[in-house]
Amino acid sequence: MAQVTATDVIVQDAERRTRSWVWAILNFSQRNPVGALSGLAILAIVFVAVFAPYVATHHPTEYADFSALREAPGSAHWMGTDDIGRDLYSRVVHGARISLFVALVAVLVGDLIGAAWGVASGYIGGRLDIYSQRFLELLMSFPTLILAMILVLAMGAGVWTVIVAISITRIPLSVRVIRSVTLSVKENAYVDAAQAIGASSGRVMVRHIAPQCVAPWLVLATAHLGSVIILEASLGFLGVGVPMPTATWGNMLGGPVAAGLIPRWWMVVFPGLAITVTVLAFNLFGDSIRDALDPKLRGRT
Amino acid sequence: MQKYILRRVLLAIPAIIGLTIIIFLVMRILPGDVLTVMFGEEGTLQLSEEDRARIIASLGLDKPIYLQYVDWLKDIVTLKLGQSFWRSDTVMDLIINRGPITLEIAVFSVILSWLIGLPVGILAAMKRNTPFDYAGRFFSILFLAIPNFWLGTLIVLTLVLTLEWKAPLGVINLWEDPWANLQIIWGPALVLGIGQAAYICRMARSALLETIHEDYIRTARAKGLAERLVILRHALRNAIMPVITLSGVLLGFLIGGSVAVEQAFGVPGLGRTLVAAFFERDYVVIQNLVLIYGLVFVLTNLLVDISYAWIDPRIRYS
Repeated sequence: MAQVTATDVIVQDAERRTRSWVWAILNFSQRNPVGALSGLAILAIVFVAVFAPYVATHHPTEYADFSALREAPGSAHWMGTDDIGRDLYSRVVHGARISLFVALVAVLVGDLIGAAWGVASGYIGGRLDIYSQRFLELLMSFPTLILAMILVLAMGAGVWTVIVAISITRIPLSVRVIRSVTLSVKENAYVDAAQAIGASSGRVMVRHIAPQCVAPWLVLATAHLGSVIILEASLGFLGVGVPMPTATWGNMLGGPVAAGLIPRWWMVVFPGLAITVTVLAFNLFGDSIRDALDPKLRGRT
Repeated sequence: MQKYILRRVLLAIPAIIGLTIIIFLVMRILPGDVLTVMFGEEGTLQLSEEDRARIIASLGLDKPIYLQYVDWLKDIVTLKLGQSFWRSDTVMDLIINRGPITLEIAVFSVILSWLIGLPVGILAAMKRNTPFDYAGRFFSILFLAIPNFWLGTLIVLTLVLTLEWKAPLGVINLWEDPWANLQIIWGPALVLGIGQAAYICRMARSALLETIHEDYIRTARAKGLAERLVILRHALRNAIMPVITLSGVLLGFLIGGSVAVEQAFGVPGLGRTLVAAFFERDYVVIQNLVLIYGLVFVLTNLLVDISYAWIDPRIRYS
């Protein structure tokens, strides 16, 4: 009789889990090839961002070849050089780092705060709900970009202040979505049951309401990633984002415009393409996440 | 209807007051003092004690904070919005001179977005899963991802390289020289229009596809109405509501976007003035222009809400 040891069970369990993961991914890609492709593209961009120093050929800010100003793309500089001879390819690669970092952290922070707030506001209701609704409406009466601009101005320009400013612009949007999910989840009988056996409000919110909000939150957060990347780039373009000389895609596009210089085509095309491809990948991936998590919405918008 | 409008207007008032409070507070929590923000750290050290006091007084910052706020509210009500620190222009001058250009850009872009987005969306829905539909969807997804300021910069660059185009230097108003004025605004209006058209096309397509399955559409078809009329007379009426709503939601996109696109085209509108004020740390100008942008946003949202109620009677009574 074969003996089954505890290790065997653990190994089998792990194998089964990996297999189910692989299977889920394969299944997803078969049903949603666009989603799978955009997911791959995101992985590639994340790889470039994480390993930027190895992927880049030069240092993004310290390297500047004054004998090769505004040089067209070629074998020495794959995407050409900018006005002061910095290597554009390396700057685009390092720009991915800033863009993704800002976008991920801002969306996580802003949307998580928004989600917690939304659950509390929807579940507790009453005065908290009314006051927080009024307050968030105020935040929403600024156009996003302008709100982000004055917040960065108030806090001083830097990577972290840009992140804080952008995440603040996310809060009202996610509160609104998660609050409405909470309001409908709250009506379920199992919530009443939990209350009846004496669960505290905090426990009901964390154990019973929040899990129901995970799927809509994921849809919301992936949708926000694309728009946040554009927002960060806009701030950089306007010269009020992460300060120069840090290589960000927005800074690279805005620098020559602010200086009143006419840029060469490669200085405009490559950073812009980087933004577009990244945002496109996130948007398409977000759409397929939504289709996968919320079949009711499939095919809409 | 009048009751609804009154209620909506009354709701806008606290929003506007809140707007002034938030802007005021944000401008007061600037790190360090205003002088550092305006002149930089070294610049501030070079100022003499009297200079500092004089500048602080000229900005009205020597008074207690609640008085500063009351003063600002008085300024707003009397439309004396103070003066640029670096230039002779008053904020009202800036708004009167540059505002119309931004307004024109906004209006033209909304018209363009409907002219492009709606027909493409309707046709895509009618010819579902044909190459036309795929092309429409492809371009709308693409244009959602293209940052509008990049599209603007690309257009400017192409014009500069091919036609030796130059950025407009001054403000030219529509009533002075319509043709020259149009040359200034068409670029930003086009870029912002395409950006919104992408959203509108997607929404029009999906809203129409949803309406097409309704019973009354089947009835309209069954009585032998031409498909074109079924769509235009019956389906579109209900499908248009979410599109109008979206167009209202896009106002935020439009107002924020116009700032970046004006900068890309070098158009002397309000947005570019705002960006310049940020660069120069022109305290008074920033505070008041941000208020104007917020006000326009709140008021246009109000108009959009009222227009829904006008189009859809169900809203008035809910």
